[in-house]
Amino acid sequence: MAVLSEEQSMLRDMAQDWVNNESPVSAFRKLRDSGSRQGFDPAVYAEMASMGWTGIVIPEAYGGTDFGWFSLGLVLEELGRTLTPSPLASSSAAAAAIVLGGSDEQKDKWLPRIAAGEIVATLATDEGPRHGQGAIETRHFDGKLFGRKQFVDNGDSADLFVVLASDGWYLVDGGSAGLTRSTRSMTDSRSHAEIGFDSVPATKLDCGGEGLTDTILDQARILCAIEMLGMCRQLFDVTLDYLKQRIQFDQVLASFQALQHRMAALFTEIELTRSAVEGALAALDNGGDISVTAAQAKALANDMLNTMSREAIQLHGGIGMTDEFDVGLYIKRARILENAFGNSAFMRDRFAQLLAF
Amino acid sequence: MSTAARADDSLDPEAFRSGVRAWLDANFPRSLKGRAQLALELDVTGPEAADFNAWKAAMGSKGWGTPTWPAEYGGGGLSKEQAKILSQEMARAGAFNPIGGMGVMMFGPTLLEYGSEEQKQEHIPAICRGEIRWCQGYSEPGAGSDLASLQTFAEDKGDHYIVNGQKTWTSGGQWADKCFALVRTDKSKKHEGITFLLIDMTTPGVTTKPIRLISGASPFCETFFDNVVVPKTNRVGKEGEGWTIGKRLLQHERTNLVGAGAGLNSSKSLPDLAKQYVGTDQNGKLRDADLRARIAMFEMKWRAFLQTARRVADESKSGNGVSVASSILKIAGTKFGQERSELSLEIMGMQGLGWEGEGFSPDELRTTRGWLGGKATTIYGGSTEIQNNVIAKRILGMLDHQ
Ligand SMILES: Cc1cc2nc3c(=O)[nH]c(=O)nc-3n(C[C@H](O)[C@H](O)[C@H](O)COP(=O)(O)OP(=O)(O)OC[C@H]3O[C@@H](n4cnc5c(N)ncnc54)[C@H](O)[C@@H]3O)c2cc1C
Repeated sequence: MAVLSEEQSMLRDMAQDWVNNESPVSAFRKLRDSGSRQGFDPAVYAEMASMGWTGIVIPEAYGGTDFGWFSLGLVLEELGRTLTPSPLASSSAAAAAIVLGGSDEQKDKWLPRIAAGEIVATLATDEGPRHGQGAIETRHFDGKLFGRKQFVDNGDSADLFVVLASDGWYLVDGGSAGLTRSTRSMTDSRSHAEIGFDSVPATKLDCGGEGLTDTILDQARILCAIEMLGMCRQLFDVTLDYLKQRIQFDQVLASFQALQHRMAALFTEIELTRSAVEGALAALDNGGDISVTAAQAKALANDMLNTMSREAIQLHGGIGMTDEFDVGLYIKRARILENAFGNSAFMRDRFAQLLAF
Repeated sequence: MSTAARADDSLDPEAFRSGVRAWLDANFPRSLKGRAQLALELDVTGPEAADFNAWKAAMGSKGWGTPTWPAEYGGGGLSKEQAKILSQEMARAGAFNPIGGMGVMMFGPTLLEYGSEEQKQEHIPAICRGEIRWCQGYSEPGAGSDLASLQTFAEDKGDHYIVNGQKTWTSGGQWADKCFALVRTDKSKKHEGITFLLIDMTTPGVTTKPIRLISGASPFCETFFDNVVVPKTNRVGKEGEGWTIGKRLLQHERTNLVGAGAGLNSSKSLPDLAKQYVGTDQNGKLRDADLRARIAMFEMKWRAFLQTARRVADESKSGNGVSVASSILKIAGTKFGQERSELSLEIMGMQGLGWEGEGFSPDELRTTRGWLGGKATTIYGGSTEIQNNVIAKRILGMLDHQ
């Protein structure tokens, strides 16, 4: 992993301790088995807020800490490790959209509340099951928004929607008349609602300039990628431990060369992926062009987690297939993140396009 | 119906065919046409129950659910050629075999080969009629790939054994009437200390605890044996022969698993599915060129798999023994099955990741659950890694020290 500043090491350690002690996978199971529609526990989110995590990419002037993207990544990676459900990524992506494109008034109105963890914000982007397929049909007309958004992260409870319309991004208060929510029950037991906008009051994010649409999506892609990397790391570590313990044919499985090479190959791939994802987070902090790095990071994280989530089950044998054992749960979150904001084929195509080949 | 009538049928394939056709016409309820999945249900209830049970009884008494098994034990007594005609005619009529399960697929063929006359008389007819459900008590928590390290112990008590231990991953164990199990009768020898026992699941001391899969289903359980009395008449073969018999049974299992989990949850082909979810341009090409190339690659390999399966069948019919290519069928079939599921999911995007409820079609939900459940196909019946070891060592002669 990249060299951390003292501040960042402290944040990482704090996140690690908190996740290990307060939010192991059993916490996710409990929430899942309770049948929560919201997909996260508000008390847990309040705790995250009290640790300052909800304002990491929000400027101090608006109540945030402005620690930066890399720091947010350190936290999200830890949350990914134990499948901790929270709206931290979606709220942060939405907040960052307002930071980039919002007027002073919009910032004043929303950012302090997001930073304080008082409200949950989210991006509402896709109108079908595959990101980037087909034109955006949500329309803005005379201060009102008309359209339908699908698979909106935390859509069941979000207080603020940052909505992609045919001519840019709009802010919509979750309590507006004309806004409807339909729950979708998906494999990861989080909230991915369909949201209808029928003549809903909306204000445009007007200040971001040319590339705003893409930048907001690229930021979201990079946040997905770091959560996925956390999941990979956990699956790898747990699998490695298991192979070192499980005895068959009078020896630990770890002693079979076929399996040693499998793990060595996964290790190599994960390290490569880590460099790409950390590079993308650093690029966000340094204000460089992030479109290419975002495409690279998301594509590699997608493929890595796809492989790792399958290998973890296979290498555990029968026990990896059971609901009782944690390792099989990751694949059910993995494919959702792979689809979010662009699958690998989409990212490869975008990468090539950006580099003009 | 007499054995003589069957023998007459065998004289002329065309006479046999028209006999089958007439029989199906008279006995297969039209309401069940194309409802093959009923055969996979635990208990058929609802409006189809009466027709299904009648169909099962008719096939069972004819022995045609197990067409090539000997008629003297309740099988169909048909030749391979006749069995082929029967399956052709059934397909033509939209009929299906209502008799199945582990008794038909694995245990029956093994018992016919190794069982005593009394055991065959006792167990085979009930399998042919589909009356008894069997489960496989092989794996234990500590004995998976290394099956021969199993510890469940059967203590010799003269005319019976007392069995103690735990099995796991027992498919259908919670619904089974009987279990064919591998147990240890001698702790001093690994493979030669194993014995093949038939255990009645209703015997006092047998308990089961269902295990839930990531797909949400609970198709199997842990099975506990606590001082379970098993008469010695329930031992197949001699003491210490269990490994040989048990391995023979695994061959039947693998044959049946070939192509299992082939991801045929969706009735549509991958190209059709992709056309529906991804769309095509004005030339009819899929809009996602990357996906298109990968589907094409998959379809080529899948065809090669089917071609290989056919080649293996032809080669074995030609009488030159089992083709070496047969060893790759389980690895390839299960691998492609999983790849197909992953591609289906990619094609459907978020629509392929629903768990239940509103917003997802039954086909979509089936695809999701099938994708998850299908991950087991490369683990059970000899994992891919173990099959690879077999190919490397037995077929390629790559031994540890050379
Ligand atoms: C859905 C399902 C249904 C099942 N139904 C039944 C049933 O009805 N009855 C029954 O008895 N059993 C059943 N099983 C059990 C199945 O046979 C075992 O899961 C299988 O034998 C693997 O054993 P294991 O799970 O203990 O994994 P392990 O043997 O612990 O293997 C873990 C991993 O290590 C690998 N590995 C092991 N040894 C080696 C080696 N020498 N070299 C390289 N890699 C190796 C394996 O391939 C696997 O990837 C079922 C399993 C599943 C998942």
